[in-house]
Amino acid sequence: MFNAVARNIYFLLGGFGVTLQLTICALVGGIALGALVGLGRISRNKWIYHPITLYVNFLRNMPLILVIFWFYFVMPIIAGRPLNPFLSAVISFIIFEATYFGEIFRAGYQSISKDLTSAAYSTGLTYSQTARHILIPIAFRRMLPSLITQSIVTFQDTSLAFVIGLQEFVRRTSIVDNLEVRSIQLFGFVAIVFFIFCFTGSKISRYFEEKGRKLGMI
Amino acid sequence: MIEIKTVSKWFDDFQVLTDIHETIERGQTVVICGPSGSGKSTLLRCINGLEPYQKGEIIVDGVSLSDPRTNLYKLRENIGMVFQRFELYPHMTALQNISLAPMKVRKLSREKAEKKAMDLLERVGIPDKADAYPANLSGGQQQRVAIARSLAMEPKYMMFDEPTSALDPEMIQEVLDVMIALAKEGMTMLCVTHEMGFAREVADEIIFMDFGKIVERGTYEEFFKNPKSERAKEFLKQIL
Repeated sequence: MFNAVARNIYFLLGGFGVTLQLTICALVGGIALGALVGLGRISRNKWIYHPITLYVNFLRNMPLILVIFWFYFVMPIIAGRPLNPFLSAVISFIIFEATYFGEIFRAGYQSISKDLTSAAYSTGLTYSQTARHILIPIAFRRMLPSLITQSIVTFQDTSLAFVIGLQEFVRRTSIVDNLEVRSIQLFGFVAIVFFIFCFTGSKISRYFEEKGRKLGMI
Repeated sequence: MIEIKTVSKWFDDFQVLTDIHETIERGQTVVICGPSGSGKSTLLRCINGLEPYQKGEIIVDGVSLSDPRTNLYKLRENIGMVFQRFELYPHMTALQNISLAPMKVRKLSREKAEKKAMDLLERVGIPDKADAYPANLSGGQQQRVAIARSLAMEPKYMMFDEPTSALDPEMIQEVLDVMIALAKEGMTMLCVTHEMGFAREVADEIIFMDFGKIVERGTYEEFFKNPKSERAKEFLKQIL
């Protein structure tokens, strides 16, 4: 039944490997940048708040595929040389997903009482020490279910990188399909793999949500 | 010495502090009381540089808070603060809560910071709770950890913002005992509290605030036995 898949399994799994690499890079970069973007969104310094807010609002109202395209075609003009599709995709994903992660972090920071931050300052901790040891870890834990949900969305979104010719999972499947002409089984296989990963992810998210509620962190 | 010189503060056009004038000498314990919204907490926050003020001057050990060259982070190392709702870091154990600032600000090694944290837990009477998270501690225990967290920085001054008003009655005394011991050891303290027993035992001066002003000041006897202003009489009738 999956004979076309079986014949090309290494080629397809190689594509899935690229998808995973892209997801991991996008998540590590997107969450790290998002934690900072969230801090910018609650900053009382208008020179930080307004530019960050503009960046967030602009990208959140933009389709991702446009950002990927735009970045891929504009960057060579700025950088003076063509970027490889993987690097271009990673950077586009990080700056795009950071706006979504940033809003999740912002909600997390806003759930932390003003006095808790004051308590940290009153022991002599600086702003960056307070952010690093208090605000970011607490927001990360409280928002873990939402962060996992957004991570699943990011994982699904990576397939859009096929538009700039990146040979990720979906792109490679369509290459195989052009030769084998077994669309239903090939894309059915892709669907099953995505489903298993995403469903597992959402179960993990549920688990952390329950755990957080029990510990009184949410 | 903390010198507060005719300090006024506004939130937009609402005046929360009006011409506050007060000097706190080393070793003194000053109790601030007054109805809610009278500016007591705001005054403490101003002294710690957590809130700006618009008029007057606050000088801590000769350093003015409104001087733009003053490093507020540095200044806060000397002023500990304890909050009404404890404000422990929920993701850290009691020991980690206490040892964080000594490690990050004073650059103590982990062993030294944890040793010091254990000594402080010993001092506030809960060494067995070192590895407990705040969610698993009672209110009284949390507040004692919060006091230990402030003391870990070896501050010259301690400020308490209604430290017992969020506690169940049976837990109030355990926190007051720690505070009384601290005052008797010579710590300079500024306490917003309505705990009469505490005031009687250790307060050198009591300040009564209302609508952002210091309405009355005096010793325990003077204030609680013979309040001069109508507002203070009214207030005392409510809390007694």
